[in-house]
Amino acid sequence: MPFNIYDFSTTTKAIDTFLKTNMSPTWAFVTELAIVGLIILIFYAIIGLYLVYAERKVCAFMQNRVGPNRVGKWGLIQTIADLIKLLMKELITIRKADKLLFNIAPFIVIIASFMAIAAIPFAKGLHAVDFNIGVFYMMAVSSIGVIGILLAGWSSNSKYSLIGAMRSGAQVVSYELSVGLALLSVVIFSGSMQLSTIIESQANGWWIFKGHLPAIISFVMFLIASTAEINRGPFDLAEAESELTAGFHTEYSGIRFAFFFLGEYMNMFIVASLAATVFLGGWMPLHIGNLEGFNHVMDFIPPIVWFFGKTIFVIYVIMWFKWTFPRLRIDQLLTLEWKYLLPINLVNIIVIAFIVLMGWYIK
Amino acid sequence: MQEVELQDILTSREDGDYIINIGPQHPSTHGVLRFVVSLKGEMLDYVIPHCGYVHRGIEKMCERLTYPQIIHLTDRMDYFSAHMNNEAVSLLVEKAIGVEVPERVKYVRTILSELGRIASHQLWWAAFGMDMGALTCFFYGLRDREKILDIFDESFGSRLLHSFICPGGLMNDIHPNFQKRTKEFIKYFRKKLPEYDELLTGNIIFEQRTKGMGVMSRQDAISYGFTGPCGRASNFACDIRKKYPYSAYDKVDFKEILFDEGDCWARYKVRIAEMWESMKIIEQLIDNIPDGDYTAKMKPIIKLPEGEYSQRVETAKGELGVYVVSKGEKNPYRMHFRTPNFNNLFPISQLAAGNKIADLIAISGSLDLIIPDIDR
Amino acid sequence: MENEQLAQILSELFPASEIITTQNPIRIKVDPVLIHSVASVLRNDKRLQFDYLFNLYGIDREDRFSIVYYMESTELKHIVSVETDLADHDQPVVDTVSDLWITAQYQEREIYDLMGVTFTNHPDPRRLFLEDGWGFPLRKDYKDDINFIER
Repeated sequence: MPFNIYDFSTTTKAIDTFLKTNMSPTWAFVTELAIVGLIILIFYAIIGLYLVYAERKVCAFMQNRVGPNRVGKWGLIQTIADLIKLLMKELITIRKADKLLFNIAPFIVIIASFMAIAAIPFAKGLHAVDFNIGVFYMMAVSSIGVIGILLAGWSSNSKYSLIGAMRSGAQVVSYELSVGLALLSVVIFSGSMQLSTIIESQANGWWIFKGHLPAIISFVMFLIASTAEINRGPFDLAEAESELTAGFHTEYSGIRFAFFFLGEYMNMFIVASLAATVFLGGWMPLHIGNLEGFNHVMDFIPPIVWFFGKTIFVIYVIMWFKWTFPRLRIDQLLTLEWKYLLPINLVNIIVIAFIVLMGWYIK
Repeated sequence: MQEVELQDILTSREDGDYIINIGPQHPSTHGVLRFVVSLKGEMLDYVIPHCGYVHRGIEKMCERLTYPQIIHLTDRMDYFSAHMNNEAVSLLVEKAIGVEVPERVKYVRTILSELGRIASHQLWWAAFGMDMGALTCFFYGLRDREKILDIFDESFGSRLLHSFICPGGLMNDIHPNFQKRTKEFIKYFRKKLPEYDELLTGNIIFEQRTKGMGVMSRQDAISYGFTGPCGRASNFACDIRKKYPYSAYDKVDFKEILFDEGDCWARYKVRIAEMWESMKIIEQLIDNIPDGDYTAKMKPIIKLPEGEYSQRVETAKGELGVYVVSKGEKNPYRMHFRTPNFNNLFPISQLAAGNKIADLIAISGSLDLIIPDIDR
Repeated sequence: MENEQLAQILSELFPASEIITTQNPIRIKVDPVLIHSVASVLRNDKRLQFDYLFNLYGIDREDRFSIVYYMESTELKHIVSVETDLADHDQPVVDTVSDLWITAQYQEREIYDLMGVTFTNHPDPRRLFLEDGWGFPLRKDYKDDINFIER
C-alpha cells in the first residue's frame, strides 16, 4: 500500500482501486463509507478523550498546580479511566421526564458534531466530504446542536435545567450570526465556499496575513463568537456550576452525560479547525509570497502536522480564555453580540467587499 | 421595607411566580444558607434568606462555661477572624478584672489580628473570583493564604482555629521563627497582590458585573448596621480600630478606607485596599515587638465582678460586640455576641431585588458572609 | 459629647427615667410603655442623633426580662444604652423600634425566637433560627430532657 505523508490521496486512490476491482461499484462505495465512518468514529473518541486531558493539564498549569499525574505516566490514561467509570454508572431515569426527548437529546448533539467533522480537511487528500458549499454546510450542521441542548433542558423536568437551556439557546442562536459573517469575510476574499479551494488559495500566504486588517478583525470576531457558540469560556453561563449546578445537563448521568461532555470538546475541536482552515491556511504550510527557498523549507513539515499544529494553537487560546476571565451575565452576553459584534461584523464585510473590488489585498 | 411573609407568598402567589431555592447546599452560598428566590424570567422579584441551619446555641453554652473555655467557642463563630473573636472576649475579661497586659502581648495580638484579616480577605477574593467564573482566582488566593496558614501552623499548632489569645495574654510565647516568617510573607505578598489586580480588578467583564450592582446608601447602611468593609464602601466610617482603639492600634499609622458608591465594586476595592493597609500595620509592628512576659498574672479561676461589660472589636467582616452580664461567678450569667455577619446578611433582600440571578451571586459574594457567624 | 453633658440632656428630656452614669456607656432605664417614644427622641433630637443601633439583646433575670439597646451617633460620636424591664415573665411584651432602625427588625426576631419576648407592631414577627413549636432556649427555666444533661 503506497503511503505518502505529504499527500494522502495516493493511499486513498490505492484503496479505492483495490475495492473497485474486487467488488461491484455500489458495494465498494458502501465499504468506503463504512471505513470512513469507522475511522472518524475512532478519531472522534480518541481526540475527545485527549482534549479533556489537555484541558485538565492546561488548566492545572495556569492555576499553579499539576493536574492528573497518577493514572499512567503524566496521567495520560486518566480520561480513559473516567470514561470507563462513566460507562459503568447507573442511567438514572427522571420521574415525569419526557422519555423520548430525554434520551434523544445527547445523540443530537453528538450527531451534529460528527457531521461537521466529516467536512474538515485534515491534510491533502484526507478530506472526507468536500462539498462545494463547505463553509455553509459546516455552519448549518453545527446549528443542529442547539436543538439537543434545548431538548435536554426541557425534558429534564427541572427548573434549573430549563433556565440553563433557555439561556444557552438564546446565546447560541445569537452568536451564529457573528460566526457566519466572520466566515463570510474569507469567502469573499477567496471567492469560493469550498474548503479545499479556500486552502489552495492560501498557497502564497494565509488569509490572516493576505487580508491584512479586516481579516485580523474577522479572526478575532470568529474566535469570540465561536467560543460563545460552543458554550465555553467566559460565555458558559448555561453550565455555570457556581450558579445553577450544571445547567441543562444537570439531570444526565453516566454515558449520556459523557456525550454532552465529549460533544463540548469536539465542538471546540471543530471550531478550532475551522478557524485554522479558513484563516490560518488549514494544511497549507506557511508560505511567503514567492520566496521559493523559504517555501521549500516550510514544505518539509508534512501538511497534517501543520493542520494539527494550528488547530492545537487555536484550542489553546480558547482554553486560555476560559481559565482567565470571569463569566458574562446573560444580558451582557447578548448585548455584546447584538450591539457590538454584529455591527462591527457588518461594517467589516462591507469594507472587505470594497477591498476585494478595488484589489487592495494580496491576491 | 416590608418583609414578605412566607406563608402569604405560598398561599396567594400569582401564576408566573417561579420560586426556587438556592441552598442550603449550593456551591456559591458560602456556608449553609438558604435563599428563597422568586423569579420572573431572569429577574428576581424578591429574595428571602433563611438562616439557622448552623445554630449551635453558643450563647446558651457560654452560660455553663468559664471564660477561658469560652475562647474556644468564639473561634468557631467567624472562623476566618478567629484571632479577633478571641481578642474581643479576652479584652472584655481583662477590662472587667482590671488587669493590664504587657506591651508584648498587645503587639502580638495586633499582628495576629492583621494576619487573620489578610487571610480572610484572601479567601474572600478567591471565592468571589470563583463565583464570578474566573476559576483561576480560587487557586491564586488560596496559594497565598497557605503561606499565612503555614506561619500559624508552625507557631500555634493549628491552621484555622487557634484559641491562642486568652484572658491575660497569650497561651504561649510566639515561636522564634514567627517574626522571620511573617517578614518573608509580607515581602512575598507585596509582589503577589498586584497579580490580583491584573487578574480580576482590571478585567472589564468583572467591572461590568460589579459596578452599579447592589447599591447601599449611607443612610440605609447605618440603619441596617451594615459594618465592616461593606459599610465602609457606603461611606459609613465604622472602623472600631480608629474610633475606639484597642491593643496596639493607637501606636500604628494606617488609613481607614472609605468609598462613596456603595456597590459591589466599591466593596471589592475596600477589601483589596485593606489588605495593603494590613501589611503596612504589620510592617510597623513586626520589628518592634517589646520583650517581656507573654501573659499577665491571672488567678486560676477568673470571676468577673458583678455588673455588665461590653467590648467592641473590628473583625475582618465588621464590628463584633461582646456583652456580658455577670453575677460575680466564674460563668457569665448572660453572654451576647453582636456579630457582623448577622447585620450584613439581611440587606440582601433589598439589594438583590430587581436584579438577575447572576447578580444575586455577585452581591452575596461581595458581602462576604460567614454563615456560622450569623447563626452562632 | 461628654458623658456629663449627655446625662444632663437626657435627664431633661426624660424626667421619668433613671440615668445611671457610673457605667460606660451611660444607661437609661425606661418603662416599657415609653420605649418607643424614648427611642424616637433619641434618634431624632438634634443634640443626640443616635442613628446607629449597634446592639439589641435580651437578658432573662429570673423574675423579669430586660431588653437592652445600645446606640451610637455617627455625627456626634457618643454612645448611650437603654434598658427596659418587662415585669411579666411568662408573656413579656414590648413595643418594637424597627421603624426607627431597620436592624432592630432582625435583632428583635432573634430575641423572640430564643427568649419568647413578643414585640408589638413588628412587621414580620416570625422565628429566625428555630422551628415553630420549639421552646425558648435562652430562658433560664428552659428544660430539654434529650439534649441537656442536668447534674
